[in-house]
Amino acid sequence: MLRFAVKRAFGAIPTLLLIIAITFFMMRLAPGGPFDKERKVTAEVEANLRRAYHLDEPLWMQFGRYLGKLLQGDFGPSFQYKDFSVNELIWNGFDVSWRLGLSAMILAFCIGVTIGSIAALRQNSGVDYATMGLAMTGIAVPNFVVAPILTLVFGLYLSWLPVGGWGDGDLQHAILPITALALPQIAVIARLTRGSMIEVLRSNFVRTARAKGLPERIAVSRHAVKAAMLPVVSYLGPWTANIITGSVIIEQIFGIPGTGRYFVTAALNRDYTLVLGVVIFYGAIIIVLNLLVDLIYGWLDPKVRYD
Amino acid sequence: MRISKMMATLGTAALLGLASAASLTGPAAAETVIHRGNGAEPESLDPHKLTGVPEANILYDLSEGLLVLSPKAEPAPGVAESWDISDDGTTYTFHLRQNAKWSNGDPVTAEDFVYSLRRAVDPATASDYAPILGVIKNAEPIIAGEEKDLAKLGVEAIDPQTLKITLNSSTPYFLGLLTHSISWPVHKATVEKFGDQWTRPGNSVTNGPYTITEWTPQSRIVLTKNPNFWDAANVKIDKVVWYPIDDLAEEFKRFRAGELDVTSVVPSDQIPWIRKNLAKQYHNVPYLGTYYYVVNLTKEPLGSDLKLRQALALAIDRKILVEKITQAGQLPAYSWVPPGIPGYEPAQTSDAKMSQAERNEMAKKLLAEAGYGPDKPLNVEILYNTNENHRKIAIAIAGMWKKTLGVNAAITNQEWKVYLDTRDKKQFELVRAAWIGDYADASNFLDLFLSTAGERNDAGYNNPKFDELMKKASVTANPQERNKILHDAEQVFLNDLPIIPIYHYTNNYLVADKVQGWVDNVLGYQLTRYLSVAG
Repeated sequence: MLRFAVKRAFGAIPTLLLIIAITFFMMRLAPGGPFDKERKVTAEVEANLRRAYHLDEPLWMQFGRYLGKLLQGDFGPSFQYKDFSVNELIWNGFDVSWRLGLSAMILAFCIGVTIGSIAALRQNSGVDYATMGLAMTGIAVPNFVVAPILTLVFGLYLSWLPVGGWGDGDLQHAILPITALALPQIAVIARLTRGSMIEVLRSNFVRTARAKGLPERIAVSRHAVKAAMLPVVSYLGPWTANIITGSVIIEQIFGIPGTGRYFVTAALNRDYTLVLGVVIFYGAIIIVLNLLVDLIYGWLDPKVRYD
Repeated sequence: MRISKMMATLGTAALLGLASAASLTGPAAAETVIHRGNGAEPESLDPHKLTGVPEANILYDLSEGLLVLSPKAEPAPGVAESWDISDDGTTYTFHLRQNAKWSNGDPVTAEDFVYSLRRAVDPATASDYAPILGVIKNAEPIIAGEEKDLAKLGVEAIDPQTLKITLNSSTPYFLGLLTHSISWPVHKATVEKFGDQWTRPGNSVTNGPYTITEWTPQSRIVLTKNPNFWDAANVKIDKVVWYPIDDLAEEFKRFRAGELDVTSVVPSDQIPWIRKNLAKQYHNVPYLGTYYYVVNLTKEPLGSDLKLRQALALAIDRKILVEKITQAGQLPAYSWVPPGIPGYEPAQTSDAKMSQAERNEMAKKLLAEAGYGPDKPLNVEILYNTNENHRKIAIAIAGMWKKTLGVNAAITNQEWKVYLDTRDKKQFELVRAAWIGDYADASNFLDLFLSTAGERNDAGYNNPKFDELMKKASVTANPQERNKILHDAEQVFLNDLPIIPIYHYTNNYLVADKVQGWVDNVLGYQLTRYLSVAG
């Protein structure tokens, strides 16, 4: 297992390098630059700006310079937010995003698996149809509709929770964003679980467990659920990467200082270093999480072996 | 069982992670705090590097220049108590306050301003707004890198309390210019020690009414009262929290929930509701800016035919645009320079006082004279940057042109940076634009269209008579005379119609009842030091 993990880690390096190269050169293809503003700067000031950020050097030289800095762990200064380095922006943002994301994932997982399992156990009953119908709605309604409604109802009308902001990072500011993040995923996980569970409940080893006289509750929770988790875990891998790096919409609506919004605003602002920073960061997280998913597979399904 | 246990552990860990992120709340409730919405995360809090309004808002609380903005946004004594101006208007001698101090207790001296102004024009600082200081002797060659010796800049410290600034020629609006952050002081030892990080809480040393105590990007910036500020006795609010909320609907909700005391803007589709339900808190204030369409004078047929440009400008019913689409009390524009600059009377296009029916009549006539009509329709293209409001306005204008003149207007939009690039390269026919004044002087608007203005002159306007008048104004010492010459220049400009003015901006915000001392002004700046919070 360890050899497998290490081999995968090394294989990831060329992938990352390719991502970096593609992103770096593609960014430069887009018209417009980081210093274009409505108030057009004079030619001299533009020359000064370009020199200060090494944009006047040939492209391959800039790329080499960037890679060199990267090897030292330095993602460079942000072009847009001049008082901060990309390292700081991503680090501070991630510190918030991962808490929100992981909480939402765990919430969605627990509730989704429970609902999905119940629906599978009561297949084709009223409970099944009701929950799956609700799940469909959850998947169909976009989060930029759900989130403002949550702030309106719980924030403005009921005044139970703050309308927005991150405050000091306390729980009451986190509840609504976590809920908004988790709701659509509860629906997806519920449907995945239900489908997978229905199949697993018919399998041989569950039939064996029942035949051995195990109570239904144990047969389901100890044996069936584990096997039914395979498709859910496959889905969760990339989605967790997505959610712990932050959701653009949720962060914008709730005013959360996470990394999510950088994915969009950095590109729109042509902030080259920040774009590269978040792309590399996201790429690395996805690679790690995919590896984790494969390892969990090995634990969930004894038939899977890596050597 | 194992999965749920693991989940439970992870879940607890995450939630604990959240709970532990909560820091201790601030000191006792006797402290007055104001919460202000600010629209966007600041790009920098370095006065020599910032370019936008959100940055300026915060910096007005942190720093003070030689001059400061009064509550009515007029230049008033700041660090400089008084000043003498030489007869020819080229030498200014500022007498600095004895008790002006930095937040760490150091006195603010003339040497600080010398250092700071040199830093502002230094090419290494790469300051966007440095050209504004071009009126100071040798500033332009230094910015261009031709003059390498920063000491040649026309700024001198006669003694710690006396600063002499030498200009190239008489500049009547120089005092107003000094209220712009590019001319404000930075603390030399701090900048040299911390480099790009000098603006951070803990490092930052400033000389204004507040110091920065927290900066969480995309969340909030907290400023705390500076006890060393020379006028600290009159600063009534202890803490100001600036929130970079860019979602208009959310900012509005947070105001309604009482989480914000002031908003930076108001969602325009809510304005009718706000006028009815929040009338007292709603402020609708003329703002020093113009929304207009630029005509690409290098492109035919609009470029060479004045009659066509006039016809298009006349056929726009601006009243309908501001009443039905933008709905925020904007002023229909028949001039380039907006109203509100003290002492300046904007020039007007000849149709300013006509009724729309009369304008439409005249437009049809001019179009026919130019040789266009139903059998030879005019085709134009409007470009705007992707935004719902700009889209609505473009569609409305295209509709008006079609109805009145039979003109076919194709409408395209581009993402912001692409749009800027297209404008620079002059690859448009008509492009939507807006200009907000940096300081209250007509030259700030008119300078954009000098033939020497380079890419900023995106119309490609070139009229020697206009250039001549602008040059004459720049060497006229008497403010009234100068304003008259600028007025004449603007009239020449409007007669050529290289742009089609559409409306003059207004600022819209909500101010909670408990905020006192708020004075609406045309620059849209309300410094926290003049405000107080009741109850």
